[in-house]
Amino acid sequence: MATTTAVPPAPPRRVNRIGLEQAAYKGNKSTLCAGCGHNAISERIIEAFYEMGVEPHRVIKLSGIGCSSKSPAYFMRTSHGFNAVHGRMPSVATGAMLANRHLIAIGVSGDGDTASIGIGQFVHLMRRNLPIIYIIEDNGCYGLTKGQFSATADIGSVLKTGVVNDLPPIDTCALAIQLGATYVARSFSGDKRQLLALLEGAIAHRGTAMLDVISPCVTFNDHEGSTKSYSYVKDHDEPLGDLSFVPFFEDITVDYDPGTTKEITLHDGSRLLLKKLGEDYDPTNKVEALRVLTESHERGEVVTGLFYVNTQRPDFLQLMNLVDEPLATLPESRVRPPQAALDEVMESLR
Amino acid sequence: MGVTEVTLSEVENQAAPHRVVNDLSIQVATVNGSGSQSSNLVLLRAIFQMGIPVSGKNLFPSNIAGLPTWFTIRASKDGWIARRKEIDFLVAMNPETVEEDVQTLAPQTPVVYDEKLDVGRFRNDLVLYPVPFDQLVAPVCPDAKLRKLVRNMIYVGVVAKLLGIDMAEVEKALRKQFQKKVKAADLNFKAVVAGYDFADQHLPKADRFWLERMNATQGKILIEGNAAAALGCMFAGVTVVSWYPITPSSSLAETLISYMKRYRIDPETKKATFAIVQAEDELAALGMVIGAGWAGARAMTSTAGPGISLMAEFVGLGYYAEVPAVIFDIQRVGPSTGLPTRTSQGDILSTAVLSHGDTKHPLLFPSSVGECYSMAMDAFDLAEELQTPVFVMSDLDLGMNYWMSDPFPYPTRPLRRGKVLTAEDLKQRGGFLRYADVDGDGIGYRTLPGTNHPAAGYFARGSGHDERAIYSEKPDVYVRNMDRLARKWETARRLVPGPVIEGGAGGGIGILACGTSHWAVIESLDQLKREYGVEAGYCRVRAYPFNDQVADFIRRHVSTYVVEQNRDGQLCSLLKLELDPEDTARLRTVRHYNGLPIDARSVTDSIAQQEGWN
Repeated sequence: MATTTAVPPAPPRRVNRIGLEQAAYKGNKSTLCAGCGHNAISERIIEAFYEMGVEPHRVIKLSGIGCSSKSPAYFMRTSHGFNAVHGRMPSVATGAMLANRHLIAIGVSGDGDTASIGIGQFVHLMRRNLPIIYIIEDNGCYGLTKGQFSATADIGSVLKTGVVNDLPPIDTCALAIQLGATYVARSFSGDKRQLLALLEGAIAHRGTAMLDVISPCVTFNDHEGSTKSYSYVKDHDEPLGDLSFVPFFEDITVDYDPGTTKEITLHDGSRLLLKKLGEDYDPTNKVEALRVLTESHERGEVVTGLFYVNTQRPDFLQLMNLVDEPLATLPESRVRPPQAALDEVMESLR
Repeated sequence: MGVTEVTLSEVENQAAPHRVVNDLSIQVATVNGSGSQSSNLVLLRAIFQMGIPVSGKNLFPSNIAGLPTWFTIRASKDGWIARRKEIDFLVAMNPETVEEDVQTLAPQTPVVYDEKLDVGRFRNDLVLYPVPFDQLVAPVCPDAKLRKLVRNMIYVGVVAKLLGIDMAEVEKALRKQFQKKVKAADLNFKAVVAGYDFADQHLPKADRFWLERMNATQGKILIEGNAAAALGCMFAGVTVVSWYPITPSSSLAETLISYMKRYRIDPETKKATFAIVQAEDELAALGMVIGAGWAGARAMTSTAGPGISLMAEFVGLGYYAEVPAVIFDIQRVGPSTGLPTRTSQGDILSTAVLSHGDTKHPLLFPSSVGECYSMAMDAFDLAEELQTPVFVMSDLDLGMNYWMSDPFPYPTRPLRRGKVLTAEDLKQRGGFLRYADVDGDGIGYRTLPGTNHPAAGYFARGSGHDERAIYSEKPDVYVRNMDRLARKWETARRLVPGPVIEGGAGGGIGILACGTSHWAVIESLDQLKREYGVEAGYCRVRAYPFNDQVADFIRRHVSTYVVEQNRDGQLCSLLKLELDPEDTARLRTVRHYNGLPIDARSVTDSIAQQEGWN
């Protein structure tokens, strides 16, 4: 054919503030079940890091064991990743951040990985306020071993096999707030807008950002009688407010009526805007946060949103009084004291 | 066996019937929490300052105050510093144990004791030195509350007088012990003098033991193995330490903290070139080390047997994901809680193959404080070169007791950081395969998180993976990877410190040992020669994997006695895993496992018995 057709103009290449396309933040193809909430969370992570213009080489992705913990392979392919042992990702993350304080850590765990086998390391991570975004992909069950209850399953929730859970759930958000985490939220894998704003806020925050994201297991826990199914969470989701995020590099003024919106400035200058839906909520008040969580359990609601934020508490790396450079790559001259030091010690031992 | 020894001693005694000079072991029996450790260290140090080779062993309970504790000081003109089985001089301060303490003594053994204990009721064949401690301490220490702590200094003065320890050296040692606490030092020295004066006036010398100045400790230092290891870690450039308190390893981390605070704070910024974290448990301690090692730091932890058991899972991850880590195991008596304040070499076998699946880990066996220092540096180099967890197998005897040593040399070898690719390297190479055996030594190249190159990232994992670190369950990929790890093990065999072999003529018998058994073995070699005219060869293994020299040594001897401090002959079992069957038939064992440091007499007697010499 000799006809010439006009080449349609290529759509403008969309890049973020450091000149990367969103594709640069993608990972390998997911091997999780189609419709798994975890895949939606991976998508939001990709979007958040892209929108914030984070350099992928500065990011470390960490996880424990389970379906959730496979997911770091499905976002940010070029970043370093570490799939550790069951329930013990927090310690690996802590070590890595001590070795190189300039890294940005994102840890992905599950409700089994965090609330049962890993509860010990989880509480100490929260207590240390290590700079990390810690996500629990929470489906109330052990997916990879075919659907046993986890410790976040609600009382009365029913397994496919008919087994009823009769133990109270561990509320990881309440625990995290009580123990010292400085950015604590709950969200739903199906709520794109809220989850993205919370993730972007977590990137802007410095300290432990703990996000419990209800993420239904389509294969083992999405049936009638489950309190972690898509339909149950949609029906019972009570957002604390309408959350939006304004990154530090966008010079946007947002108009709102006084008294309707609470504004929180995060460490890098980004802002979170919490527009009130019902009652007044102050996410800087720890007691208030714990009250709201306790009452929502009693009402059988799934309250979502940012429960607590504290931009004042120093993070763990600040407490360590570390030199500015990464410890990992300090040259020999900085880490091996001079001969005079050894001589002094030897003299004291004579 | 024992008969031979007694005969020999008697011969010596006849030659010098009244004086045994610079060759005795003093046992002090006290109650813990009574300040006796200070008194004992003052005695130890004063003897050391007199130029006499000396060693001290603290046999203490797992308790803070109120239970029996013993301290043994051995002075030896010949330089033997292993524990001596026999007690030549007793200081009995503990009413709870006094009867037991005096029962085992040989006739004519001198005993210094609190007169209230009335040692004469138990034995009438000892040299008795009763001391009225309460009467002596009251005028020296008007504050009744302090008396309990000062009281034990009195026996220092008594012993100094009876044995001829120079009081100027006692005072110097005491002031060193109390450092800047001048008032406490003054008070304690008054108690020493009170004891000395009492002995001078009331206790005529009736035993044959004397200490006299010699010149065998000049220039030497006294240090505990854990402090020596801490120094080694600091000069190895350690940057991340995570630990969980456990006897007998805590003092390693704690001493390291004090050294690092002094010598590793940046002089300009006053900021730390290190991070030390007390973890929530041993699992987290090693988890942090693995995370830090993956991110490029020189990272370590120190623990003891129960901690090693808890770390098993992470050690397997370190082996399979190939992450450098240094783990000090200050071995104590197991199984389970066991005897937490007593020494052992009981973790050798379980640590060598710690974790599930096919795993093997390099072990280093320091036998001296000097090796605690040097092997700490070796361990970090090996961990980074081999990209794997490396264990330093110390023990309570080495770690928590004071040992004489030549001063440690300043390291001349630069740090060996292993195969790490920078962004610049990646630019030249265009990329890399994390787990490919490019150099044929089984060791891949790694990148550190934070490396600014799009090809730098890889996914470390404990699940099956291919050369690119991508998840794989394929049989051939798994086998290829495991075979490469086996190849890396052969590289480790070449890199770890080789054995020290003495008396290589061959024939006859050989002795093979590791770690602190060394001190009993060298003394036993001397006993075997003097008592039986046998010159045995000696192979001291310093690391696992063993190299060919070890097998050669075993082949050169008709039989080789593996001397070790555990019940089941763990070092021997490890040798059997690697040796040819005809060689393993030559192995015998001498096993010592009562929680006390091994002594030469036990080794010599066991070999003599097995050889049928008596």
